[in-house]
Amino acid sequence: MGEALPVAARERQRAVAQALRAFLPERAVLWQEEDTRPYECDGLTAYRKVPMVVALPETEAQVQQVLRACHALQVPVVPRGAGTGLSGGALPPGDGVLLSLAKFMRIVRLDPVARIAVVQPGVRNLAISDAAAPFGLYYAPDPSSQIACSIGGNVAENSGGVHCLKYGLTVHNVLRVRGFAADGEPLDFGSEALDAPGFDLLALIVGSEGMLAVATEITVKLLPKPPAARVVMASFDDLHKAGDAVAAVIAAGIIPAGLEMMDRPATRAVEEFVGAGYDLEAAAILLCEADGLPEEVEDEIAKVKEVLTRAGATRLTESRDEAERLRFWSGRKAAFPAMGRISPDYYCMDGTIPRKRLGEVLGFIGEMEKKYGLRCPNVFHAGDGNLHPLILFDANDAGELKRTEAFAAEVLEKCIAVGGTITGEHGVGVEKINEMCVQFGSAELELFHAVKRAYDPTGMLNPGKAVPTLARCAEFSRGHVHGGELRHAQLPRF
Amino acid sequence: MSAELRERIRDAAARGARLQLRGGGSKDFYGCAPCGEVLDTRSHAGIVDYEPTELVVTARCGTPLDELEGALAAEGQMLAFEPPHFGAHATLGGCVAAGLSGPRRAAAGALRDFVLGTRLIDGRARELAFGGRVMKNVAGYDVSRLLAGSLGTLGLILEVSLKVLPRPAAERTLRLELPQDKALESLNRWAGTPLPVSASAWRDGELCVRLSGAERAVQAAAQKLGGEALAAEDAAHFWSGMREQTDAWFAGEAPLWRLSVPSAAAPLALPGAPLIEWGGALRWLRAGAHASAVRDAAARAGGHATLFRGGDKTEGVFAPLAPALARLHRELKAAFDPAGVFNPGRLYPEF
Repeated sequence: MGEALPVAARERQRAVAQALRAFLPERAVLWQEEDTRPYECDGLTAYRKVPMVVALPETEAQVQQVLRACHALQVPVVPRGAGTGLSGGALPPGDGVLLSLAKFMRIVRLDPVARIAVVQPGVRNLAISDAAAPFGLYYAPDPSSQIACSIGGNVAENSGGVHCLKYGLTVHNVLRVRGFAADGEPLDFGSEALDAPGFDLLALIVGSEGMLAVATEITVKLLPKPPAARVVMASFDDLHKAGDAVAAVIAAGIIPAGLEMMDRPATRAVEEFVGAGYDLEAAAILLCEADGLPEEVEDEIAKVKEVLTRAGATRLTESRDEAERLRFWSGRKAAFPAMGRISPDYYCMDGTIPRKRLGEVLGFIGEMEKKYGLRCPNVFHAGDGNLHPLILFDANDAGELKRTEAFAAEVLEKCIAVGGTITGEHGVGVEKINEMCVQFGSAELELFHAVKRAYDPTGMLNPGKAVPTLARCAEFSRGHVHGGELRHAQLPRF
Repeated sequence: MSAELRERIRDAAARGARLQLRGGGSKDFYGCAPCGEVLDTRSHAGIVDYEPTELVVTARCGTPLDELEGALAAEGQMLAFEPPHFGAHATLGGCVAAGLSGPRRAAAGALRDFVLGTRLIDGRARELAFGGRVMKNVAGYDVSRLLAGSLGTLGLILEVSLKVLPRPAAERTLRLELPQDKALESLNRWAGTPLPVSASAWRDGELCVRLSGAERAVQAAAQKLGGEALAAEDAAHFWSGMREQTDAWFAGEAPLWRLSVPSAAAPLALPGAPLIEWGGALRWLRAGAHASAVRDAAARAGGHATLFRGGDKTEGVFAPLAPALARLHRELKAAFDPAGVFNPGRLYPEF
């Protein structure tokens, strides 16, 4: 068990728990360490903090009351969905309330004619598609964690998945978000129409990492399920050739439903785990999926095969039936857990780059493997340039953890240097907060803080996440000069 | 090049002057009346970067929309949201600031869905960059999409990166005779099935549906829908008439209302025959009806109404905001443009 709280902290904890107990039942307010410990981290387990109090409201009115009470007491609040996030966005504040929306599990309304689903934030991503399936509809964004992750978290992180190039991210598939501001004021962004008057606040709330408001009801678009889907698996004896093949597919005017790349270390790890039938001799494999009407799929697959052959594919396999298609994908979807089998720990990165720089960036990652003495298999949403290098390490070895963090930081900065970004879909959270100082200048960061203040003037909602303070950036860049140019040079140094 | 624009903005802020950001002036009619000293953005023009295989184009605000779409067409690509130009001189900056999308919107997405990154000059005359030139980017708040449709009230959009898409291999337009209620029912039913419908327009008992995609898919879908196929040039003319509002339905001086409603909303009980686009989600009305009656009908249907062209703008152009959202609008405006330099009152009279 952890150390006992100091007296002042214990009193504060009692006061906050008591305030929440005024409107929440006993089971919905957790404060004893054995109850709060399970909430100490999300999917990014390297960062942990036991929350002072956990609140588990069941109604929108209770969420509002929690926010009002915390606002009155000036207690930080961190919203949490399924806790599968990979950037520590739901890392609790040690001196605050973790607001769990896990009990908001209801699909409020599903309208097959209007093709929308109104759902509570704790509803799992896949549960929406399951509920829509009888009507021939589905919810398109499909992060790999879709059996577990919740739609509220998807909205907070603007989650993607393997089908984004054709079907978009969360922001493209959400119509409306209802919730509360940090002080408990009700907010309603978007509508069931295709747009809303004024600024596009719906676009701003999606991907805001729980910093601007707490969502309590979300309306998503449902799409007709494509009647046919087939995937081609192509082997390449060289990573660059595989990268060029991706560009060739796009140049041929094809927008595949999915276009994924895995390098050999990645295919070898997953093959042992799930037996997806991958070519283990290939330097890289591409998975290219076509979906739509049967005629459309047939034509597109033929075209894809032709393009990939011309691009130097050494082997092409086409899924013959749905079971085989799912088997081909199973390896890609199981890439993260598969790493857990070949290494005590793995660290998943999430940079996005212009596709044409792929060869260069993968070469750089190879150099970093040597420099830090750590292995790093790569899986890659090739269609939209989103890299997920997976650094393998042992967390029990403090030196390895440190080397992993340095490795990851260098790769993310490389992503920025080639014109990309430090996060494509996992968010900044606490994990990439230092790299935000590299990606943005102080004027942009200042504006982000001003946006935050517009929604949450006292900064009580998810404090310390997503956007670094300028002082933190000054501190960070002190030991961190890029190409002789100091970012935030105008700031006072300490 | 942007230094000059920054200087103008710094100077205006210092003098307490107001600036009217303006490209080709093709959308002067849209929103509340423009006011303030004109700041012409057309000198800041040109395509900065375009690589067809990246599916991204980056261009400066003053770039003529014609030029941009021409460059994409030369590579077999397009702006999939089919922005209306409303005149020969439309610029990219004005297009993004107005945030309007054309016939393909319901199928492909809106302008804001394709905005990947922006450079902007804020009210403090700082040049800021948000988003980027890659498809997926969740670093920082999505300021770029917020700028889409903000009518230049948050800052001068200097440069925009947009996702582009390949032009469809085949297109076919079908014409069917259907009354309004049956047309709405059919459009919503079709949208729930995997048919490659890329645009629709209903007026005067006639529904036109455009199918886009692979040749065989378009063929198969055309057989399912029936109706009469339009010749290619007639179809192009028809959709351009919808996109640019040059169709005869839009002629005349009566106020033009734009009602954005859920696609499945029943025919609205308002006088006058509507023109319906976006699978039922966009309904145009030439109305002598009172503004409040139009706004109420749109709100009851779950949407909102905009006084798009003409009419009496003194009662507001855009639907009034709920108090909480109005407050957020004011706070955001203050964050971007504390001195209120840019396009005062263009979106809402309060700012």
